[in-house]
Amino acid sequence: MDFDFTPDEEAFRTEVREFLSENLPPRNERPGSFLREWLEKVRARGWVGFSWPKAVGGSDGDVARQAILKEEMALAGAPPLGTSFMGLAWVGPGIIQYGTEEQKTRFIPDILDSKVTWCTGYSEPNHGSDLAAIQTKAERVGDHYRVNGQKIWTTGAPYADWMILLTRTDFNTEVKHDGITCLLVPMKTPGVEVRPIENMAGDRHFAEVFFTDAEVPIENRLGEEGSGWAVTISALANERSSIGEVTQMSGKLEDLKQLVRESRKQGAPASDDPLVRRQIAEFETKIAAMKYNGLRYLTRQLRGQPLSSETSVNKLLRASLEIEMDDFAVELQGQEGVQLQTQTARWARSSLSWPNVVIGGGTPNIQRNIIGERILGLPKD
Amino acid sequence: MNFGFTEEQEMLRNQVVRFIDDECSIDVIRTFDRDTNQALWKKIAELGWVGLTIPERFGGSGLKWVDLTVVLEETGRGLCPLPLTSNALACASILRSGSIAQQQEWLPKIANGSVIFGFGLYDEPNWIDKDAITLEASDHITGTKTFVSDALLATHVMVGVQTKNGPALCIVDGEAINSIALDVMDRTKPAAQVQFDQVPATNDRFIPLTDADLDYVNSCGAVAVTAEMVGAAEAVLALTSNYAKERIQFGHPIGKYQGVKHRLADMFVDIESFKSLLYYAAWCVDDATGDLSQAASRAKAHASDAFAQIGIDGVGLHGAIGFTAEYDVQLYLKRAKWARTMFGDSDFHYNRVATLGGL
Repeated sequence: MDFDFTPDEEAFRTEVREFLSENLPPRNERPGSFLREWLEKVRARGWVGFSWPKAVGGSDGDVARQAILKEEMALAGAPPLGTSFMGLAWVGPGIIQYGTEEQKTRFIPDILDSKVTWCTGYSEPNHGSDLAAIQTKAERVGDHYRVNGQKIWTTGAPYADWMILLTRTDFNTEVKHDGITCLLVPMKTPGVEVRPIENMAGDRHFAEVFFTDAEVPIENRLGEEGSGWAVTISALANERSSIGEVTQMSGKLEDLKQLVRESRKQGAPASDDPLVRRQIAEFETKIAAMKYNGLRYLTRQLRGQPLSSETSVNKLLRASLEIEMDDFAVELQGQEGVQLQTQTARWARSSLSWPNVVIGGGTPNIQRNIIGERILGLPKD
Repeated sequence: MNFGFTEEQEMLRNQVVRFIDDECSIDVIRTFDRDTNQALWKKIAELGWVGLTIPERFGGSGLKWVDLTVVLEETGRGLCPLPLTSNALACASILRSGSIAQQQEWLPKIANGSVIFGFGLYDEPNWIDKDAITLEASDHITGTKTFVSDALLATHVMVGVQTKNGPALCIVDGEAINSIALDVMDRTKPAAQVQFDQVPATNDRFIPLTDADLDYVNSCGAVAVTAEMVGAAEAVLALTSNYAKERIQFGHPIGKYQGVKHRLADMFVDIESFKSLLYYAAWCVDDATGDLSQAASRAKAHASDAFAQIGIDGVGLHGAIGFTAEYDVQLYLKRAKWARTMFGDSDFHYNRVATLGGL
């Protein structure tokens, strides 16, 4: 065992750090033009779509360098490397794997250059966790598909340019996973209507999306007709290493410890309370577990062994941490914790935002099914 | 970056698995006694496992605690009662805090299997601290050591004592003491009350313990016990998952039901987590001693509570069959209860994590 990176990899780390010290001013010193310039600079370095093939404009970045890049960016509290999280996380990889050459030239550069943002049309009113049962209908009519149906909980739909949309093209298959087709849809298509939904934090990031005779050209189909489920699975499996999330949560834990140092409970310093100390230590231990789980999985990748369902382990750990850390902070702050206008409202706000992370991309119970069925070999539901 | 085992370590693991299957199966451990131990100890000494962490110049294999972890995971999986942990701690103490003369005298004998140590540090039953060592020693020892692991399997014991210069470990011949077996819940972890009656103790038998030394020994103990817990917890998960695939109720294998399936999945998440924490702690013993206390405490704290619940749910998910003496899963529940407090329970270790983390 060792935790050393090679000299070449360390040189890459130094390069990233030097870039950050030159190009990432403190949060309160960033000019209005900062984000645009930042995106251009990281793009020029080849760090957007870093792992993608050079042929489509990526950098062929290997697994170790991907981890280093993510870790350093998270340590520095850097903004994202592109404006389209979903475009970079799964739409782009999906197009690289299943798209035609024409689709690659048409879509990939705009994702890398942060010119477009994407949203993901998977969940429907009656089909969330049971994704393969979707009912939004796409009928082939001449040189296009005519789409009718409804999506919901579509994060980013109110401001996205494009949607990766799961539709059903065949309602008569024996297996529900067959007959699904994936389409790439401009949000401006006539017949596409977005109705934002307010969430419990008061934000309007997700929406209902209605399709009424919306026409999508055939050349916007990703993969073969009826093979949409394979496209989806590969997109969801395109799981990133959790190293950036660990760094981000370690930072949050340090803030939480500072809150403990500054807080009183029952008239005494909160940091003397055995239950408070234990709770903080449990968070710290869980974050460390995520870190070392991640390094074990990274080692497997470095040895050329593909990851499978073990990524669900860190998703579950992260889900519980996201909920519990904010919840603990709000409780510790007592009467102050429930207010949204105080200086410490950061914790109150984030305690209302955890479903973004915890429910999006598969609920904890779905992750448990994945572990139970794919790793432990238990019978499917 | 290589947070995984080498081919050699995987070969060592396979060797231990074969040994457990052939020589120390569950049937053997149910009737394990001093004679069984003598016979098997000779074999594992020849295989080099007893002196794994002893430098080659003292007749050992010159390997590290990461290698020892591989052995302890597998002996833990089989609930093997061989006193590997006690002897690993004796080695670690002699190597860190013993004199050259003590190292020359004792380490070769441990490595070749001619000396076997029982190990007992504290007298207060639930206190991890130098003040919890209360047995007094001068040029002789008179008194009782309340809980010495493996004393009745051993040729010698290494026990915590208070001297006029502070806490120390003392090496005592088995013939000089009176060991009375304790009726312990987990019979794969035998322990004894050891009585000392005017037992002579010469200077060369004392290993002085600074605060840092004691912290190191206790952390090593936590690492060793956690390594055994990883293997044992995986055994419970395998046993219970297999049962859940075969046991039919309401027309389906019970593993199809989420009340069962999700609990098993959560066991997997817990085991993965304390396993990763353990591997890092084991690496720290030899390669990052400054991080050892924190790493060992994280691993032991997490494992202590998680394995305790895994033991309980392993029995519970089996239903009544799990409650029977004949069925093996109950043996693991007993191991979980033993392991939970040894070298510090979760309250102790989480508090230490908080302190070391700046609270």
